[in-house]
Amino acid sequence: MPKSIISVERLTKTYANGFEALKGVDLEIAEGEILALLGPNGAGKTTLISIICGIVTPSGGRVLAGGHDVVRDFRETRALIGLVPQELTTDQFETVWNTVSFSRGLHGKKPNPAYIEQVLRDLSLWDKKDFMLRQLSGGMKRRVLIAKALSHEPRVLFLDEPTAGVDVNLRKDMWQVVGRLRESGVTIILTTHYIEEAEEIADRVGVIDGGRLLLVEDKVTLMKKLGAKQLILELSEPLGAIPEALSGYGLRLENEGQALVYDYDGHDQTDRIGPFLQALSAAGISFKDLSTRQNSLEDIFVSLIGERA
Amino acid sequence: MNWQAMKSIYLFEMARTRRTLLQSIVSPVLSTSLYFIVFGSAIGSRIQNIEGVSYGSFITPGLIMLSLLTLCISNGSFGIYFPKFTGTIYELLSSPVSMPEILVGYVGAAASKGLIVGAIILGTAYFFVDVTIQHPLLMITFFVLTAITFSLLGFIIGIWATNFEQLSLIPSLVIPPLTFLGGCFYSINMLPPLWQTVSHFNPVLYLVSGFRWSFYGISDVNPWISLAIIIAFLGVCLVLVSWMFRTGYRLKS
Repeated sequence: MPKSIISVERLTKTYANGFEALKGVDLEIAEGEILALLGPNGAGKTTLISIICGIVTPSGGRVLAGGHDVVRDFRETRALIGLVPQELTTDQFETVWNTVSFSRGLHGKKPNPAYIEQVLRDLSLWDKKDFMLRQLSGGMKRRVLIAKALSHEPRVLFLDEPTAGVDVNLRKDMWQVVGRLRESGVTIILTTHYIEEAEEIADRVGVIDGGRLLLVEDKVTLMKKLGAKQLILELSEPLGAIPEALSGYGLRLENEGQALVYDYDGHDQTDRIGPFLQALSAAGISFKDLSTRQNSLEDIFVSLIGERA
Repeated sequence: MNWQAMKSIYLFEMARTRRTLLQSIVSPVLSTSLYFIVFGSAIGSRIQNIEGVSYGSFITPGLIMLSLLTLCISNGSFGIYFPKFTGTIYELLSSPVSMPEILVGYVGAAASKGLIVGAIILGTAYFFVDVTIQHPLLMITFFVLTAITFSLLGFIIGIWATNFEQLSLIPSLVIPPLTFLGGCFYSINMLPPLWQTVSHFNPVLYLVSGFRWSFYGISDVNPWISLAIIIAFLGVCLVLVSWMFRTGYRLKS
């Protein structure tokens, strides 16, 4: 694994009201990767991000960004990081240009109009640069928040629920921007409810719930799990046992012998279904109906969350 | 030090003034001019001189202080409360900016605005009444220290306030009685002895009185005590704000 740009070690957070938002999270984020954090509301995603970015003080454990402690060496770590918050929080009376330039200044960077122009153009905001934020649609405001986060040329970008309440077109645009950033070497961490999004864009996927990180896995590995498919045959006549001739397929009987289930790998390109069905008719088994079932990230997600509940 | 960030906050806040020119500059100047017309020229002409100073001239330092206190508190509190209210505070907290740098940016801008308006009011006063400044150095010291101290008080109120009601509580309910009863419009020697004693517990009396001394050399209290009191109040505000920063009070959980 390439070197970590963010290391989270035994991180805990208990809020003043006693709510335990994080119960010991360990996470290594590699430079240049896209990590998607999945989890239901209140899972601890935003708390985790907020601690890394400096908005919330950790109760225990520590976070290193670029090798620096986020609490002690906040100047170094915050200069590395750009944050796009979940809520559309904007100064309604400010213009797009001013608010984005302000963000750059806050991060201690000298003004660079050419760079800001490039950021605004990349996000299709250039023609809106003199608009006040209150004149913009929700989707446009979301772009402005991204522009603000990118204004100081961060090496790590946090996107907290970037596509919540965003239409399909903007979502596509946003993933293009994310793709370009990734090519330029920016590490991206995003939280989302949309599992398809994680599947589409992330290199690794983490599942967080109840303040714990339940799983962090390479998307490819996850996709293997995802690749598991089932062919379900509803038999005309119930079977008592699986016939000898079909023993090599690893079949299961379900529903008191009325359904025959065949597990196979959906990503395997070799033709398996054809020979299986031939073997089936050769064995004299007929069926009324057939269906297939695919394991989705959602299934994995639900089963992980379910295990805890 | 993140100079760039301090400069950005300062300029951002000053730019807000340009956008709200009417409210932040024109309106205080207009209302003070009305005071000059009513108390200085109309009624003032029938009031006898106070310790050899005409009434219109006498109230000038008090009027400047009145505007300075009100404006510095409201600018200082609004500057930090607004990002809290809209949620844009996330950006300040996630930037490589230390709390003292945030403070310098906001309080510096609020104090600057107060000083600009105060200077304009002083300029306006010359049109209506005779104004002399006997101790310019001390006058500037009082002027600047008061602006900084009360902008800082405003900043503290802005962090403390959780709604607009609380935000305007102190500037609208506490400051006006203190200033009006603090000798803005009269010398406390004009009061019965009991009220003279009570007035000595009003901190604004010391500000107004000391500031007036730098103009005309007349004062209800020793100007050096005035100076000591404002410095002490600045100290109290600094201790309070540093406690707020250390604990993240109402800023950071």
